[in-house]
Amino acid sequence: MTLYDLANPTRFLKLVKIVLPWLIAATVIALAVGLYFAFFKAPEDYQQGQTVRIMFVHVPSAQLALMCYAMMALSSVGSLVWKHPLADVSAKASAPIGAAFTFLALFSGAVWGKPMWGAFWVWDARLTSFLVLFIMYLGIIALWKAIEDPIKAAKVNAIITLVGVINVVIIKFSVEWWNTLHQPASIIRADGPAIHSSILIPLGLMALAFVFLFVTLHLMSMRNEIMRRRIRAMRMRAASVVPAASSSTITKPAPAGAR
Amino acid sequence: MNWMKCLFVREYQLANRVGGGALIGVLFFLAVVTIFPFGVGPDMILLARIGAAILWIGALLATLLGLDRLFQADREDGSLELLVMSGRPLELVVLVKCAAHWTATGLPLVLATPILSLFVGLDFESIVRVTLTLLVGAPALTLLGAVGAGVTVSMRRGGVLLSILVIPLAIPILIFGVSAAMAGAIDSNNFLVPFMFLCALTLFGLVVGPLAAAAALRVSGD
Amino acid sequence: MNHVDFEVGSGEALIVQGPNGVGKSSLLRVIAGLVAKAKGTIELEGGMPERSVAEHSHYFGHLDALKPLQSVLENLSFWRSFFEAADFGDGKVRESMSEMEALETLGIAHTATLPAGYLSAGQRRRLSVARLLVVPRPVWLLDEPTSALDKASEEVLLGLIADHINAGGLVVAATHLPLNLPNTRYLNLSPVTTESEHMFASDDLDDYFDEDEQGEG
Repeated sequence: MTLYDLANPTRFLKLVKIVLPWLIAATVIALAVGLYFAFFKAPEDYQQGQTVRIMFVHVPSAQLALMCYAMMALSSVGSLVWKHPLADVSAKASAPIGAAFTFLALFSGAVWGKPMWGAFWVWDARLTSFLVLFIMYLGIIALWKAIEDPIKAAKVNAIITLVGVINVVIIKFSVEWWNTLHQPASIIRADGPAIHSSILIPLGLMALAFVFLFVTLHLMSMRNEIMRRRIRAMRMRAASVVPAASSSTITKPAPAGAR
Repeated sequence: MNWMKCLFVREYQLANRVGGGALIGVLFFLAVVTIFPFGVGPDMILLARIGAAILWIGALLATLLGLDRLFQADREDGSLELLVMSGRPLELVVLVKCAAHWTATGLPLVLATPILSLFVGLDFESIVRVTLTLLVGAPALTLLGAVGAGVTVSMRRGGVLLSILVIPLAIPILIFGVSAAMAGAIDSNNFLVPFMFLCALTLFGLVVGPLAAAAALRVSGD
Repeated sequence: MNHVDFEVGSGEALIVQGPNGVGKSSLLRVIAGLVAKAKGTIELEGGMPERSVAEHSHYFGHLDALKPLQSVLENLSFWRSFFEAADFGDGKVRESMSEMEALETLGIAHTATLPAGYLSAGQRRRLSVARLLVVPRPVWLLDEPTSALDKASEEVLLGLIADHINAGGLVVAATHLPLNLPNTRYLNLSPVTTESEHMFASDDLDDYFDEDEQGEG
């Protein structure tokens, strides 16, 4: 099966139907094993105690938040360069998932931050960058909702997503610069230089589980979006068909020369 | 080149004739700066400390306020179709429109900055710094804003969405602008480093803004 | 639109007909370069090779592209300087009218210094037509050109279009009203599903992107 075949919505849907049960199973197993390791195998932190376990949700969420944006950007290239509707569908499906993972990263960060920093929110460079990312996701979702024509919406969103990609790098850099300016070297990093394998293994498992989760959600969301567009297309077709009885009286028969 | 001059003149005239032109933006700027002391209290020392930030945020909001009509008015009366189909490079058309729009609405904000600086108790050198950073940085706001204006051109009430989309993009400009404005003496590194970054962002906007906005406008014709 | 295939010669008019929503306007917008075509070619024989068909064309749509706060003359002068003139190809170069000549031809010279916002709907339409006169371009794309015009204005407009055709110009007009023009050909469009809906409504990719448009002048 080539990429060209995949580009056909019907064949894509068939493939999704076959793959999805396996993906769901893989996600559930990976999540179960990962959570088991995270809760029962990973040691407590000698300073943070049990709260360190939030990391096993926080870090993969943050990772996925960025991965979703990368997915969206790649899809945007696809819809601008190859103008393919399936790339549009993929970009549209990524946005809410990315927003959800970004929210999860922010929320788990805040909950983790309370015992660590004594406050739910600090203007740490990473948290701030993620807040900006969250706003960008929500803006893109709003833009999808604001334009009725899906093809136009896709192109416009692709443009703003790609401008955003260049800007995310600048934002990241500028926010870090800004942060060191205001509170020099007070950032607490979750990933120190050396992480013990007892933490690294559950972290890796959770990261893998989250990737499976993302692929599953993304494919399901794409499937739903294709269904939605199919309904839209059928409705538009239903509206444009002239009933047989009235067509002879109101409109002339179609003349030759065009189809 | 003549067509660019004609476009600039027309856009400048229209920006000045429609809806109070430059004055309305400056009035909004004044309103934003006025409302801060009511929020934080009439403490001149505190106001002087955050004065540069107040002015920058005021200028940012005033710039965003006027941007939603940048292409929308042309779309509504059919001019946009002609601008797109004429065969003139749309990127240049966007650039000229941004330049005219900034001259008509952004430049008055920069000119008003020294006067508004007095309300927040800035000293002479700070006033020079804030005005200088706004002069260099405000065009970047207009250029990145043009992307938002192009993307929301087909929406009836696209102004709010435009702001939501553009504000994240404007964060680096604000960071470097305010950092340079609040730094120590003008000739020191503290000022020059963020100031140079600010210049770089404006140059970046000069490229990305017209390219992306023109792409969005082409889509709007479909 | 699928399988639209037509040719228009120099000194001819093509009238595009069909029921509402069939894509008459879309066809003109595709030729004008406002809408990207999914597939197919639009060519202008004898035109300037480095320029697209759109750059040889005037597009006269439903909207007047006038700024109400600028004077009639300012409006017209701007478009005159903004649009680049294009050759008629075979040496039949038409000299452009000045702004005032065009306004006189259309009978609105007395409004030259007034803001365009003061004009009536018919006068605005005439001012919009004046743009086609002050910049010579061989192809005129007219979308419902006679809508919102009274009888007298319609006569004036049809006369101008006929002059353009006789001078070797090329006209493509979308209309559902009869137009009395010389050297007319007809293109009838009938409804089919548009290609974007097709993609999701049909299972067959081969039918997708099956458009072929040709125009030769």
